[in-house]
Amino acid sequence: MTETMDQIFVILKHWLVGHSPVGVQPIVAAILSVVAIIVVFASLFALTTILERKGLGRFQNRYGPNRVGPYGLLQPLADGLKSLTKEDIVPHAADKAVHLLAPLLLVVAAFLGYAVLPIGRNMVAVNLDAGVLYFFAAGSIVELAIFMAGWSSRNKYSLLGAMRAIAQMISYEIPLILSAIVVIMTVGSLSTVAIVERQAGYTGIWPHWFVFTPWGFAGFVLFMIAATAESNRSPFDLPEGESEIIAGYYIEYSGFKFALFFLGEYIGMFAISGLAITLFLGGWSAPFYFLNWIPSYLWFFAKLFALIAMFIWVRSTLPRLRMDQLMNFAWKFMLPMALLNLVTAGVWRFMPPGPLRWLVCAILLVVPYILLGRGLMRSNKLEKRIYRFAEEGCTDRLTMSHGVKEHGFAAGRAPTDEYNAK
Amino acid sequence: MLGEGILKGLAETARNFFGSYVSKERLTTVQFPEERLPQAEAARNFPFLVYDGGDWQAGLRCVACQICEKECPPKCIFIEKSKDKKPDYLGKPQFFPAVFNIDVSVCMSCQICVEVCPFDAIEMDTAFELSTDNRFDGLLWRKAQLAKSNDYFHKIHPLGATEVDERLTAAKVKAETKTKTVVDSNTSPPLPQTDSGPTATR
Repeated sequence: MTETMDQIFVILKHWLVGHSPVGVQPIVAAILSVVAIIVVFASLFALTTILERKGLGRFQNRYGPNRVGPYGLLQPLADGLKSLTKEDIVPHAADKAVHLLAPLLLVVAAFLGYAVLPIGRNMVAVNLDAGVLYFFAAGSIVELAIFMAGWSSRNKYSLLGAMRAIAQMISYEIPLILSAIVVIMTVGSLSTVAIVERQAGYTGIWPHWFVFTPWGFAGFVLFMIAATAESNRSPFDLPEGESEIIAGYYIEYSGFKFALFFLGEYIGMFAISGLAITLFLGGWSAPFYFLNWIPSYLWFFAKLFALIAMFIWVRSTLPRLRMDQLMNFAWKFMLPMALLNLVTAGVWRFMPPGPLRWLVCAILLVVPYILLGRGLMRSNKLEKRIYRFAEEGCTDRLTMSHGVKEHGFAAGRAPTDEYNAK
Repeated sequence: MLGEGILKGLAETARNFFGSYVSKERLTTVQFPEERLPQAEAARNFPFLVYDGGDWQAGLRCVACQICEKECPPKCIFIEKSKDKKPDYLGKPQFFPAVFNIDVSVCMSCQICVEVCPFDAIEMDTAFELSTDNRFDGLLWRKAQLAKSNDYFHKIHPLGATEVDERLTAAKVKAETKTKTVVDSNTSPPLPQTDSGPTATR
């Protein structure tokens, strides 16, 4: 019974494929998988928009949307209808073809990654031998789509947003992939199915998830930070920073094209969360041995919802980074930590199991973390900011300029606090 | 240490999240159409005409002196004086506005009409749900629409309405005693026109 519940979708697919003519069976199988993925994750997007808005409201002591339907649950439907009926405006000077293609390419690219995500036991669209590699390759098309959007709009803000997005996404792709490599090193395979199967065992009731090892934990944290940057979510939402460049690369998009960008962004976020689950959180495996009777796909979605909640929580907490902070963080903190994590994973692999292995690996990670954190704060030299034009002039302005000086000092202090916050 | 501030911030927002489900004081939102905050005494948007008693046409305080029409900076008031007269609250026959229109699409809510009115006949309203499907006729308010009772005035501006009432009563009492004196002594001519209305400075 448990087995049937677990495999119900697989059985259903086989049954449907079995009833189609032999010649088209592979195509039918592929179409079934693709349709299931698109339907499930697109409706998950609709659900997430309302959950995010409700959640953000609660984080800010508000109610959130509660007007459309019971508890505001029909809000996504209203939003969808609104974006469908809105006028589709294309700027006069825009490159019309590219302007149209960019949102489509973004959504397609975001969906491509799902092909290799094992959503449940035996539930993967394609079991590629180079699954993780394929995922990152498909994921990098998103950058192209974003640049297409920014470039084709012929708007200075969209171009600025696109350039920020490219700079950010390429910078963070390196720590993202480096932090994923530790898992590939340990498993010895790029196949996502093999990675999950490796984590599906138990010691007593405890699972063998990679997040419960020093390198796995560090890798998971680094991966999630880089994933936040990759999916352009707060605090790394510089490319669309409403307060600076209005909406970045999608400033010139309206109506359903805008909704497609929105969809693509969330689909990308789910995909990369799904990969984090696959790599570090044991994919579809249950967190305790005695919970194995719950179907595997439910575990996958439970973990996905937990990660989405984490994304929303972080978004409601942290302010947007400055461009230089973003770049410093990627190259001076994320990259060295990811490289160190590689070394740690190697040490872990070649040391005998036991407390000593834990101690050595923990020290290897924690000490550089503290030192790196201190170094980052120290290198950010703070000086009293001098306002050359404000402080020149007659003596009766002296008191005023003193005020300015103090204010300048406070402003100069701000980066430290933000680094502390990191 | 690096990351300490983030954890503190996350704890703070988590406290907000769970606190908003537990304690009502955290949620400051007023769910507007169902819940309403009481409006401040000094709240105002567009003027209205005050009338005493039950019949708005008989009780209208306005005597069509047209001062507000002349003073109105954006010229949104239009008044046409009546041909005949009706008694005011003192019993004196007065003109009344045959037409009194305010174009609220032009009105800038400056309250100058209220300041200049010597009869306390025009006051500021607080109603704000005024949307209409016609931006020309729907926003040109006629006399019948503008006339609102003194009770309504008391409801929206309790302090101001009481003050106006006191002033009007005082004027009435004064007028009555004066008339009585005039009647008693039988020496001076009837009251000059200027005494007919309350002239107390605001």
